Formats: sequence, structure tokens, C-alpha cells
Amino acid sequence: MKRRNFLQFAGSGLAATSWVPNLNAAKAPQWFDWFKLDTDRVLVIIQLDGGNDGLNTVVPLDQMDLYQKSRTTVALPANQVLSLNTTIKTGLHPALDEIRGMYNEGRVKIIQSVGYPMPNYSHFRSTDIWMSGSDAEEILSTGWAGRYLNYEYPNFPNGFPSTDMPDPLSVEIGYGQSLTFQGPSTNMSVTIADPDSFNKLIQGIETPLPPTPYGDKLGYVRLVKKQSNLYGERMKEASKKAKNKATYPNDNDLGEQLKIVARLIAGGLKTRIYKVNVNGFDTHDNQVRADNHLTGEHANLLRKLSSGIKAFMDDLTGLGLQDRVIGMTASEFGRRIISNASGGTDHGAAAPLILFGNAIQGGITGNNPTLPAKAEWDDNIPMQYDFRSVYGSLLESWFCISKTDVQNVLTKNYQSLPVIKTAYSCLSTPTHEENVKQGISILNTYPNPFTQLINFNVTSLGEWSSLNIFNPGGQVIKTIQQGILKSGESQFYWNSEDLPPGNYYVRFQTGAVQQTKLITKVF
Amino acid sequence: MTPVNQKNTPYSTPDEGGPGTLAQMLTQDLNPYSGNWNEKEIKHLLRRTLFGTRHIEVQSYRSLGSLDRALTHLFDIKPLTNLPLVNYTNGDDIKEPSAKDGGTWIHEAWLNEIEYYRLLSLKTWWLDLMLKDQTIFEKMVMFWHNHIPVEMVGIFHARQAFDYLMTLRRYALGNFKQLVKALTVDPLMLFYLNGNQNDKSAPDENYARELQELFCIGKGPDAKFTEDDVKAAARVLTGWKTDYLKPKTVFAPWAHDTQDKTFSSFYNNKVIKGRSGDAGREELDELIDMIVTHPETALFVCRKLYRFFVYPEISDWTEINIIRPLADIFTQNNFEILPVLKTLLGSNHFFDPLLRLAMIKSPLDYSIGLSRHFNMLFPESPPDYKAKYQAQTVMYYFLTSFQQDIGDPPNVSGWPAYYQFPQYDKSWISTHTVHQRGIHSDMLVWYGYQMDHGVAIIDWIAYTGTFNQPENPTILIDEVLARLYDVPVDPEVKKYLKSILLSGQINEYYWTGAWLEWKAKPNDAMVRNTLEVRLKIFYQFILQMDEYQIM
Repeated sequence: MKRRNFLQFAGSGLAATSWVPNLNAAKAPQWFDWFKLDTDRVLVIIQLDGGNDGLNTVVPLDQMDLYQKSRTTVALPANQVLSLNTTIKTGLHPALDEIRGMYNEGRVKIIQSVGYPMPNYSHFRSTDIWMSGSDAEEILSTGWAGRYLNYEYPNFPNGFPSTDMPDPLSVEIGYGQSLTFQGPSTNMSVTIADPDSFNKLIQGIETPLPPTPYGDKLGYVRLVKKQSNLYGERMKEASKKAKNKATYPNDNDLGEQLKIVARLIAGGLKTRIYKVNVNGFDTHDNQVRADNHLTGEHANLLRKLSSGIKAFMDDLTGLGLQDRVIGMTASEFGRRIISNASGGTDHGAAAPLILFGNAIQGGITGNNPTLPAKAEWDDNIPMQYDFRSVYGSLLESWFCISKTDVQNVLTKNYQSLPVIKTAYSCLSTPTHEENVKQGISILNTYPNPFTQLINFNVTSLGEWSSLNIFNPGGQVIKTIQQGILKSGESQFYWNSEDLPPGNYYVRFQTGAVQQTKLITKVF
Repeated sequence: MTPVNQKNTPYSTPDEGGPGTLAQMLTQDLNPYSGNWNEKEIKHLLRRTLFGTRHIEVQSYRSLGSLDRALTHLFDIKPLTNLPLVNYTNGDDIKEPSAKDGGTWIHEAWLNEIEYYRLLSLKTWWLDLMLKDQTIFEKMVMFWHNHIPVEMVGIFHARQAFDYLMTLRRYALGNFKQLVKALTVDPLMLFYLNGNQNDKSAPDENYARELQELFCIGKGPDAKFTEDDVKAAARVLTGWKTDYLKPKTVFAPWAHDTQDKTFSSFYNNKVIKGRSGDAGREELDELIDMIVTHPETALFVCRKLYRFFVYPEISDWTEINIIRPLADIFTQNNFEILPVLKTLLGSNHFFDPLLRLAMIKSPLDYSIGLSRHFNMLFPESPPDYKAKYQAQTVMYYFLTSFQQDIGDPPNVSGWPAYYQFPQYDKSWISTHTVHQRGIHSDMLVWYGYQMDHGVAIIDWIAYTGTFNQPENPTILIDEVLARLYDVPVDPEVKKYLKSILLSGQINEYYWTGAWLEWKAKPNDAMVRNTLEVRLKIFYQFILQMDEYQIM
């Protein structure tokens, strides 16, 4: 329903009480609530504000020489990087001990080099891109989760809370609403700092709203106030009903937020998506301490992330919710390959993204980024996976919405990734097969290094495929092929013309699998 | 499913419904305003340029007789007469090594243990200036603070924060180019955006990027500066250094990149010639000139002004008919802000009825406006500088819970209300903040701002006494609502308000009698209490009306 219609409805003099749900419903046993759900699945988004340094989070152990050389002021010593039980090529920052533990248990997935073509280095623009799910050059006024929730509940907020959906569609722990949950006609989230300290506001008499900016603003205040009252009560009750079953670390604001989320889920809210925030990832300086790179701001942040998530997972297990909840980190960009003179790193491009939960298919998707032999200060990591592929895959295999509808929500078709364990996935085709394909080399380059022309030999699965060239800044500079590509091998070449010598990347994607390789132009 | 709402330009109007048709409805141009000049127009002007309105101010503006004279008065800036004080010591662990209580701390050396209290003293001093101002000045200081922000507690240096604020104040109604130049080498800014670490061996582009993206060129559809421009600007700015403990900006030629810096076609392929030695400092002037004089800068600053003072959404019509002519005025006047402001605030467009009451109050408009309008009595300083500080600290903490921590915006973009498409000013209101505002107004009505040294409180009887016939409940309700809201209020609401004053009785004389009895015996505690209890419930409801959030 469009806002205009909603305003007319709101102004029609219907007494608020006629559509207030019976709050006693909340007293029904929890299993009853769950039984009625289409899906009882929950996604928790952990927003890492500022741009997390991917190279110091997930460390390319197979390229430690180049890593140390380009990151002199922040590099971690190889022998301190935490190893993983599935690979010797990749390790984790020493502060991520708990995440390592969960990874080794198969409950954490790392997706390498997540980003988008033509990266934007502005915090605000890039945050908007991640939250809206837009292209770099496109402005979307809605958020990706807002569009998904609008797909599920197209009439919201008219008639909500309702008997079937008495709870907020999404909850942001904190103080303000974000673009992520902006729907086509209204924001789909409720923000709350602490559900236990809720007091009811006076609800005035609803007078008609004029079709002017004044009416628009007044209607907005009225709506938010009403939601605050109705949803505030629900959340307070839910939060009171449940007790946390794990000890959360002290002085950890992420843990504090996740603690509330765990209680709200356990208390019976049907809310689908929660969002929490951690600030401070914009580590231009003092990312590490000069005398000990294992310490410093970034280590503190990652420790907070790791111990906070672990406590949350333990809590979920104690509450019997371990199979219903997954989590995802999101950050507007990664950081530069080379470090700066202030013991920090500047705004960059792609970076790893972490998914966690019992239902998450563990392991690493993608390869370590390929570091250049001699990095320039503006070199960046190109994307291997589009962040919207991650959103789409979660919508499809966790929230069970059809591929066509995923495409509508995301406005385009993106590659599906195997993110959910087969046992939990809604997909009829097991992701196992996709996984097996990950090991095949589907992209060969020759000659490499090259002077002007370079050939590519690709193996298509007969699905939608694309072949792109990225510059060292991580931007797509050439699209060689895009669309359905016949099954089997195909040859392409690229004429680099008058582009300067240096490092470039070529990426080939076919269906759910992809490969990125470093190519070097000489002379 | 509903098609995705897609927009191609950042200044399109929002989705269908609401003000989507506003672009067609707006017709008023920038010519001098020629309509009615009555109380409603005065209140609109004051709501947007001060923090809230006071009845006596509206009356005094009314007596001036014309918009021209009102504007002259609005721009009649008074000099600063006081400094932030030592008002936070507790005789125990919070103490100043040498500055005396009641004196100022600004000449004292940085001291970790006391710095946070100095910052609070600075912020409450700033709040006090806003509470007292009857001109546009403090609102412009806040405009610039939002436009070129720092994070004061983040950097944790009270004297630097004071100096930054004084720089904003120096140029608040002055020259934009000079403001940008001064802030570029401001010590606090050099720390905030890493200019201090911007070195020829490892350029740090943080400031160079924000200088273009957030402070000058902006992100309009034609703001096409490149990544290389960011890098070139960073190299120009190498060498400007300061010291945390002795903040004074110096130019260090040894850290300055002496190569030529070449900019993109967006800047007409301008080359800033590399200079060595002390001459390297001249490159700064050339850079600021190049950026500020680019046509996008004037457009961007005028859009920000418009969003702050008039309405957050800028349609194509507004861009062409309002923003572009304003930008021309800005450019023709060599980036002096005053002519732009006076043109905008004195225009037909500014007084377009559609654009009045079209914004949600910022936390400052809300809380300072509330204190000012109802004449909240803060303890006066001197002599009671501690009590005043405490009351204003309570106010400050409420502002942070409403998501407007003055001196420490969320980040270098300022507050989302002034840039975040499509929510803009709606982003001030969330289920959390609307709730906080409700708790705040309830607390003010019933208890005031309480602290150890006394209380800052509103005298509700005195306020009610400023109306023409407070003893007549029907007239009183009409007048209170008219003074506050400028829009008709539903008869049902009035009926409900009357039932509060009459404690559910029908006969109006119950209220009239209570009022007249108090007039006869103003010092009788019980008589006073009878009135006050009803008035508090009455104003509690009024301050929680949705209309109260609109300006």
C-alpha cells in the first residue's frame, strides 16, 4: 500500500483500539507461536561501522612475504596468526580465537573478498550501497531488507501489529533507523535501546492528516509513536519472559546488544531480522600498537566481535534456539593493501564477510586475495563475490523465497552461494554439488605476464556467466562476457590497449562458482 | 510484489504520496516576500532561525512592523561576553590544579583526568549561548558545526575544541572560503581527519577526501571529482602539523610533497605547482581557491542551507528556481554567506505556506525550544555557576539520548537528518527517541531538571498567566494551542483538555474559581497546588501531542 492510501486510512477516524492485537496472545506457550510461523528463522546483521580491515581479519598465510612487505606498519607476525583446520593457506587474526573455534566446528563461513564493482571510498555512500543493495552509480531509496519485508508484508504498516504478526518485522538495537530497513512506503524496523525500560506514551486523538509536508511529518510522528507503544509493550514482555543462558563478556557493547536479541527471540518474538552495530572500524591510525602489532584498536574490536558472537551462540544453544538463528557481518568496505605511516590503513574495497550459526555451511568460499608483488599505495582488493550474492543466497536458502522474488527484491540476478547447510537449506538441489565444483579451475590465462593481448580459457557450466577485468583499485574496467554461456570451454581475449603496465585482475563467474586471477601487464 | 522505488538524482522528491507532488505545488520564488506579515509569519521565521520561539520575542518582532526590520534585528549579532567556566569541581577527585572555581579553564594545560569535565563545561556553555540568543547567530554556528564537524570528546582536548568553536563563530556569518581555510589547518581538525599524519612519504587522504566530498563539492550528480583529485589534494596538504599538548599549527617543509600536483578535467586539469621550503604553504590557498570556486561548491552549500532552514527535499523545480539563483548570489559575493541567507529568509519561497510546519524538530529545536518557550528558570551564573552547570548537564544528556550530542556528531558527515536521503529530518524520530522525548517532557513538567544544587524549573502558572483570559478555560485552551501550533486542533482534543482543567466536571466555573482564588491569594500553597496539578497534566498532554514535534 502506498503512503497516500495509508494516510487516508489513518485519518479515517478508526479508533486505534479496533486493531490493537489481543496482547494476551503473548501468554500462549512458545511452541504455539512457533507452530504458526511460516518460517521461524532469524537473521542477525552485525554492522561493522567504518570499514573493517579484511587483510588483518582473514590473513593470507600463503603470501606472508608480500603481506609483510606491503603492510609494514600493521602486519601480523605469521607465527601468531590462528590456523584453521580446513586449510593451511588462510588464518585468522589472533583476537578471533572464539571464531576460530566455531569455524573448526563447522559453524562459521568466511566469504572472501566481498564487495561490488566500482567501489566507492566514501563511508556514507558505500554504507548506503551496502544497506540499499544498489549499484555504485545507482541511488535506491529503499533498503534490501526493507524490500524483503515489504515482499512478505506488503500492507505494513496498515493494520499492523496484527494477530498473525503482532511483533516488529525487524528490530534495530540502538537509537536510529537505518536505510537497510527502509521499505517502499515506510521504514520496516523498530529501534529500541533497552526493552526493559519502556514506558507508554500518551496517545492523542487521531485527526485527519492534510496531504502536505505538514501532514506527512505529523503522520510519521504519529506512526512511530504508535509503534513505540504497541511494539514496546510486546518487546518488554518478551524480554521479561526469557532469561539469558550464557555469560556475556564485560565491557563489550556488541555482547550487550546480542544479549537483548537473544532474550527477544527466546521470549517469542516472530521478528525476522535484527541489526546490531559495532563502531570504530575506521582505523586510519593506531590500528595496531607500533611496538606490538597484536594489540591496538583493531585487535580490541575483533576481540569484542569474537567473544560477543561466542557468548551469543552459547546463549542460543542454552535457550534451544541454536538452529533457528544465523548471523552475518557487514561493513561498508575493506581497507587498503598497504598500510599508512600512522600505523593504520585507509579506505579500501572488498573484504571478507563472516557468517555464523549452526545452520551455516562452514568453511571458506573463495580464494585468498592475490597480493601484488609491489603494491602501490592506492592498490585495492577486487571483489570475488558481490555482497548482494550473499543477501540473495540468504533470502533464498534461509528465508526460503523463490529465485524470481529474490531477483525482484535485489532488482537484479546475482550468483547464489552455498551458505546454508543442506539439512537446513530450502533449496531442493543440495548445495553439496555446487561445493564440489568450487575446486575446479574454470579460468586459465596466457600469456601471463602479458604485453598487450591476453587470452582467457574458461569453462562454463552452461549458466549465466560473466568475465570481467578489474584494475588494481578493484574497479571493473572491462566486461568481456555477460549472460548465458554455452556449457564447456570458451576462449576470450582482452586487448589492454594503452592501459599502463601493472597488475590487473580477471574474474570469471559461471552459475554459483567463480575464480579470480592476478594478471600482470609488462612494458 | 511492489516495484522497487528507484531514484536517479539525489534531489528528487520521495515516493508517491506524502509530499511527492510538492514539486508541482511550489511556485513561490526567491523575490522579496510580499505577503502578510503577521504573527504566523513571524513565528515561522523565528522557529527556523532561533531555537524555538518565545511569546515576548514574537511580540517585539511584531512591533518592528516589517520583515525587513525583522531581518535586521535577526542579524544584529551581539559580542560574546563570557567564557566557559570551572564549574565542575567537587572538592574531591574532580579538581583543577590551578584555575579557580568560577574562573575559566581555557588557559590551562591539557590534563587527562579533568579534560572530560572541561568538555562538558564547554558544551553546557555552548547550550547556554543557544538558550540566550535572540538572533540567527547560534543557529548558524550549529549549521557550520554540522557541515564541517569534529568530534570533541573523540579527540579529547577541550582547549582545541574551544578554539574550533571560536573559529566557527568567527566566520559563522562571514566568508566561506576563509572558514574552510581556517578549519583545514585547525589543530583539532588536523587530529580529527589525520592531517597531522599526512606526510609526503605516506599521504593520508582522509581530510582531502572529506574537504571535497562533504565540505565543498559534495555528492550532487555533477560532482565528478576523481580519486586522483583526492590524492593530489592530499599531497598539497602534506606538511601541516600540530602538537597535541601545545596545539598550534605549523607548516613543516620537510614533510611537504614538493612535486607538482595535477588535477582532473573536473578542475580544468589545474596544476598546483610544487613549492619547496616555506613557500609550500602557499599551495593551501591555491587548493582552497580551486575547490571553493568550483561551481559545484556554491550549489552544494546552498542545498545544505536549504535543507537546514527550509525543507529537506530538493526537487528539480527547487534546484532550478531556488538553489541555482542562491548559488549565483553566493559566488557573486565572493562566498560571503550573509547575502545568501538574507535573500533566502526574506523570500516568497521561504514563506510559502506549504513549507511552514514542514520539518520535524531537531533535538536542539525541541529541547532548547521547550526551555525557551516556557521560560524555564535556570539558576543564574554568577553567582550560582555550579547549579546552572548541573542543570544544563542534565539537558545535555537528554540531548544525547535524543541523538544530538553537540560537539560530537555521529561522524564526519554530521547528523543524518541533514543529508540522509530519504528519511532526512524524520530520522530524528525513532521508536527510541520519540519515547525519550516523551519521558523528557513528562519529567520537565512534573519535576524540572533536578540536581544537588537546586532545580531548573518551569512555572506553569506564570506561563498560563501570559494569556489574555486564563480564567476562561475555553479561551485559554484556544490561545495555548494557537500560540504553540498554528494549525487548527480537533475539537475532541480541546474537549479532552478542558476535562483536564475541570477535573471531569462540566461547569467551567470550577476552573475559573480556582484561577481567581489563586489571583487573590497567590502565596497560599494549597490554592497554588490545586492549579498546578491540573496545569501539569494539561501541559503534559500538550507536550506529548504529535504536533509538538513539528516546526
